[in-house]
Amino acid sequence: MVHWSAEEKQLIASLWGKVNVEECGAEALARLLIVYPWTQRFFSSFGNLSSPTAIIGNPKVRAHGKKVLTSFGEAVKNLDNIKATYSKLSELHCEKLHVDPENFRLLGDILIIVLASHFARDFTPACQFAWQKLVGVVAHALARKYH
Amino acid sequence: MTLTQAEKAAVVTIWAKVATQADAIGAESLERLFFSYPQTKTYFPHFDLSQGSTQLRGHGSKVMNAIGEAVKNIDDIRGALAKLSELHAYILRVDPVNFKLLSHCILCSVAARYPNDFTPEVHAAWDKFLSSVSSVLTEKYR
Repeated sequence: MVHWSAEEKQLIASLWGKVNVEECGAEALARLLIVYPWTQRFFSSFGNLSSPTAIIGNPKVRAHGKKVLTSFGEAVKNLDNIKATYSKLSELHCEKLHVDPENFRLLGDILIIVLASHFARDFTPACQFAWQKLVGVVAHALARKYH
Repeated sequence: MTLTQAEKAAVVTIWAKVATQADAIGAESLERLFFSYPQTKTYFPHFDLSQGSTQLRGHGSKVMNAIGEAVKNIDDIRGALAKLSELHAYILRVDPVNFKLLSHCILCSVAARYPNDFTPEVHAAWDKFLSSVSSVLTEKYR
C-alpha cells in the first residue's frame, strides 16, 4: 500500500479542488495527442486529428479527456486504495483496449505540465513531487492487471 | 528526429523570453528534478543542493547556457554541443534516463512562468527540441 504523508495529501486535495476537470482533462488529452502523435493510434474512431487545431477542437477528444480526468478524481478520493480503484480499468486497458502502459506515464507527465501551466507559482516543487507520486501510482495501478 | 522550420521558430521565440530569466529557470528546474526524482541527486554528492544554494544556481546557469547554445545553433545542435557530448560520455556518464527527467522539469518551469506562450504547439516543439539535445548528449555513450 502506498504511504501518503499528511502534507502530500493536503497538496493533492487542495490543488484538485481548484481543477476544472472538463477543461484540464480535454487539454491534457489534446496535448498528449499533439506532443506524442503516435498516441493517436488508439483513437482512429475520433475523426479529425490532422492538426493541433483539429485535435484541440475535436469534441470526442474533449469528451474523452473529461472522462479520463474524472476517473483520475477517483484516485484523489481514494488515495489509500488506488490499486483496488483501478483494478477493473486495468483489465479493460489490457484486454480490450490493448494500451501499452508506457502511455499512462506519458499522460501523467502531460497532466503535470498542464497543472504547472494553470497553477504557475502555486505548483511548487513540493506540489509537483506529490503529484508525480500520484500519477506514478495511478499508472502503476492501471498496469497492474496486465498479462 | 529533425525539427521542422515551424518547430525551430517556436523554440527560438520562446527562448527569447526564457533567456531573460535563464538562471532562475535553470535553478528551479534542478530544484524540481531533485525534489521529484531524488535518485538524480546521486550525481551531485559534492554539491550543496539546498534551495537557493550558490552551486545550484551556478549549475542551473550552466545547463541553461548550453541550451541557449543549442537554440542559437539549432540547425547544428550536434556541432554546438560536441564538447559537452564528449564530457557526458566519458567523464560525467549520467545515465540517459535522467535527460528525460530534467527535460520534463524544464518544461514544467517554463510552463509555470509562461502559461500563455506555452501553447500545445510550443510544448510539442520544446519537448522535441530537448529530446534532440538529450540525444546529442548521449550519442557517444557507446
